[in-house]
Amino acid sequence: MQTAQLAMNQMAVPSAVKPREYLTFRLGAEEYGIDILKVQEIRGYEQPTRIANAPSFIKGVVNLRGVIVPIVDLRLRFGLGSAEYNSFTVVIILNVGGRVIGVVVDSVSDVLELPPDAVRDAPEMSAVVESSYILGLGTVGDRMLILMDIEQLIMSPEMAIIG
Amino acid sequence: MSETTSTTGAGGGADFDLTQFYQVFFEEAGENLANMETLLLHVDVTSPDDEDLNAIFRCAHSIKGGAATFGFQDVADLTHVMETLLDRLRRHELALHAGMVDVLLESGDTLRGLLGRHQGVTDVVIDASELVARIRAHADGSAAPAAPAAVKVVVPAAPDVVAAPAAAPVPAAAAVPAAAPAAGGARLLTITVGPLDQPALADNLADLFNEIPGLGTIERLDDGTPDAGGLRRFKVSTTSGDDDLLDLFSFHVAREKVVIAPLQACAPVAAEPAATAPGTVAARPAEPAAAKPAAAPSADDGYGFFVDVEAQKEQVRQQKAAAAQAEAEAEPVVEPPAAPAPTGAPAPAARPARGDKQAAVDSATLRVSVEKVDQLINLVGELVITQAMLAQTGRNLDPIAHQQLMGSLVDLERNTRALQESVMAIRMIPMAVVFNRFPRMLRDLAGKLGKQVELHTIGEATELDKGMVEKITDPLTHLVRNALDHGIELPAERVAKGKPASGSITLAAEHKGGSIAIEVRDDGRGLSREKIYRKAQERGLPVHDQMTDHEVFQLIFEPGFSTADQVTDVSGRGVGMDVVRRNILALGGTVDLDSAEGYGMRVTVRLPLTLAIMDGMSVAVGEETYILPLASVVESIKLDEQYIKSVAGSNRVIEVREEFLPVVALDEVFSVPRFEDQAGGGIMIVIEAEGSRVALLVDELVGQQQVVVKNLEANYRKVPGVSGATILGDGRVALILNVGQLVRRARH
Amino acid sequence: MAAILAVDDSTSLRQMVAFTLKSSGFEVIEAVDGQDALDKLRDRSVDLVLTDQNMPRMDGITLVKQLRAQAQYQSTPILILTTESSDEMKQAGRAAGATGWLVKPFDPRRLVEVIRKVLP
Repeated sequence: MQTAQLAMNQMAVPSAVKPREYLTFRLGAEEYGIDILKVQEIRGYEQPTRIANAPSFIKGVVNLRGVIVPIVDLRLRFGLGSAEYNSFTVVIILNVGGRVIGVVVDSVSDVLELPPDAVRDAPEMSAVVESSYILGLGTVGDRMLILMDIEQLIMSPEMAIIG
Repeated sequence: MSETTSTTGAGGGADFDLTQFYQVFFEEAGENLANMETLLLHVDVTSPDDEDLNAIFRCAHSIKGGAATFGFQDVADLTHVMETLLDRLRRHELALHAGMVDVLLESGDTLRGLLGRHQGVTDVVIDASELVARIRAHADGSAAPAAPAAVKVVVPAAPDVVAAPAAAPVPAAAAVPAAAPAAGGARLLTITVGPLDQPALADNLADLFNEIPGLGTIERLDDGTPDAGGLRRFKVSTTSGDDDLLDLFSFHVAREKVVIAPLQACAPVAAEPAATAPGTVAARPAEPAAAKPAAAPSADDGYGFFVDVEAQKEQVRQQKAAAAQAEAEAEPVVEPPAAPAPTGAPAPAARPARGDKQAAVDSATLRVSVEKVDQLINLVGELVITQAMLAQTGRNLDPIAHQQLMGSLVDLERNTRALQESVMAIRMIPMAVVFNRFPRMLRDLAGKLGKQVELHTIGEATELDKGMVEKITDPLTHLVRNALDHGIELPAERVAKGKPASGSITLAAEHKGGSIAIEVRDDGRGLSREKIYRKAQERGLPVHDQMTDHEVFQLIFEPGFSTADQVTDVSGRGVGMDVVRRNILALGGTVDLDSAEGYGMRVTVRLPLTLAIMDGMSVAVGEETYILPLASVVESIKLDEQYIKSVAGSNRVIEVREEFLPVVALDEVFSVPRFEDQAGGGIMIVIEAEGSRVALLVDELVGQQQVVVKNLEANYRKVPGVSGATILGDGRVALILNVGQLVRRARH
Repeated sequence: MAAILAVDDSTSLRQMVAFTLKSSGFEVIEAVDGQDALDKLRDRSVDLVLTDQNMPRMDGITLVKQLRAQAQYQSTPILILTTESSDEMKQAGRAAGATGWLVKPFDPRRLVEVIRKVLP
């Protein structure tokens, strides 16, 4: 009995998740975590220059120390209610797939290290974020983090960032 | 740069690593090859200029020197035979003919391939031995009918001694026709080599016989070790002359270490130490005893002295002592050469004028990697933006209170602008770089198509940004190919039309305003309105009778369009013009055609001078600011909407100086809400691209400024109507509009 | 420290020679052809001249003749570099007054050896 339980716990660790540090942030009602290595910096929100005829979640482009960076509002992308832009709005600047891209989230929490045994597979369920972008679920204390494969998400055709 | 493949065992002991010099050698060799090709293409075959022949010789010679030094044997071997041929040509021992030019051009290509492999750029292994043999044939004069009938019968008692190792059958000698002395049958020779520091080196001679087909066969007469006198011995069966053999051998061993003599009757091993002692130079008439004294001082290979070195050293010492003494007596010992001492100034001055300039040209250039230059340009671009932001901030300050600061900002702007111009100039290279590939290309192509053509170039010195040059080369190549393939007619056809048999293609480049205009003109058959019209109809493209010729011609830019009656593999089917146009548009340029049937065609390509910096006009639409390339702006007009007329529903036109221009409302194109108070008004900016004009409707004309062009696609994607982005003085991003696309959009 | 003038129109070879000689403690001045060599010698003198034969503007043999016409360089060691030791070239070199010759490709150690032999 006990052996079976142990075995199940061990099996529950998805191989895709290695012990890593995650940047955690809030989107709507949930808390998410992404690989810290993909994060370049965190900034406040500034009004981007609009790009015509782009999907609504692509707010436009901004100047990041001389580099033109597109800004994507994840709240709009995932249909999470009204997106406000105020002095507390946070933009996470990512460096994925050789590109620099900013994503707008509700707020950023902290950086956590998650050991493998704290991470499980996410069950198949209709979630805000499509399950193909979810690496797993992490638990820290009483917090549950949805670990997101941010690179997959950004590079996906639906995001319309890659030409 | 990939690492060089380990194909060399270049000289030097462990103390001297030569690989650091490879890169310079490769670049140098590249230049020599390019130079050689140009010279070969321009040489007058009927009466070649001596200086040209010398220059071509030097190119081959230079490559050979480096290749041999750095251990690229295949390159050295090929350039060696080329050198032999060229040497004979420049001494007028041989007459130049087109076949030689062809084989030399071919050698140039092969050398590029061989060098490419050594550089690690390609993997392809090239066997140049057949080419080498052909060049030898030319050099021997046997490619021409000459072949002297004199048969020097030298074959001794034992005729069929084909050595076991190199099985090059004697009949193959026909492929490499005999050199002057012996024709027909192979000769049997004894080759004595030595004394050598490393006797084993003599075995390298066997390689020659393996690599060069038809050279003959070689067999060791000793067992691989030298005899008491340090000599190695070989038996050789060959149809080549002694001269040629020595030429080849000199690659591995010094010439005077080799003695060639006819084989004595008794074929088997050892023997003959007496018969052919190093002193006897039997079969080699031109090798006088002068070789001996030179051999004496050098117990080793490869160098020698003409004089008594010790005596000379003593002389120098004495001279120095005398000079020191003389100086103490304040008397000038050394007189300036070739200049009358009294008149000091004028005569030596004449030399410096020439010499200095020449030396200045040679030593005043630097090789710099492109990455370094790009980095520099980026940094300067950043500086320009920062300076603009400072200037912006400065405008909000009270000039009286901050007088010094304002003064400094003005200085800063001036300095930044100057710096920017200097830096941009670094990347500018002349169009000649692009034009230079065409003579060769056209020569080969004309040959294939059986056509005759002359290429004229104008404005080769016109400069263009290096990045542009790389991107414009393919489209231009296609246009030039097209001109020859589809434009220029066959000689007979031309003559029948009363044209000269040889067609003419002209490439012209010049600066026009902020752009460069490149034209490709030909005097061929021109475009046929009929044919194009019909083809367009077949393709279902919208055409109508009222279309002007110009409009019909533009149709050839449509994808999949090709009116060529047959697909020549040269220009391909219909992949051509639409790709050319797309590439040029991507560079922010325009392309236009003009033609007169029967007379020829002209394609005009306009490009911005550089991709990195642009003079822009900023306009406002609602809350957004957009930048237009100043070069495409014709004029701006403030107006009332009543002057805008509607045509066929939603298309609006405006009359400007009796011309009706389509109106493009930017707020519609970019879905930007205009301000309430703008309704009914605004500014019309007339822009021109691809030979057409449209009027853009905007809210406000904000200003003019130089902007640093940033790439939108680095992190994002291509946006229709937008060619790039820039950062304004307030730090915000502004999109740069693609006028070509806007114009085209309006025309549909 | 002895000064050597290295004359060759091939940059890679010149660099290699300069490097080899500098590593052995010589001062090296480079020239791209005969004319350049003479120009460089107007402002300074050298203890030995090493020159290639085939160069544009002025070849090696001509350079040797010009140098020997100057009192200052009448006895200076001058070596000609050549890719093959043809008799013709050697005769021309001797006639022009060169001290000796050296065949390319050469072992860098050989170069140093020969130079040491001729330098006082």
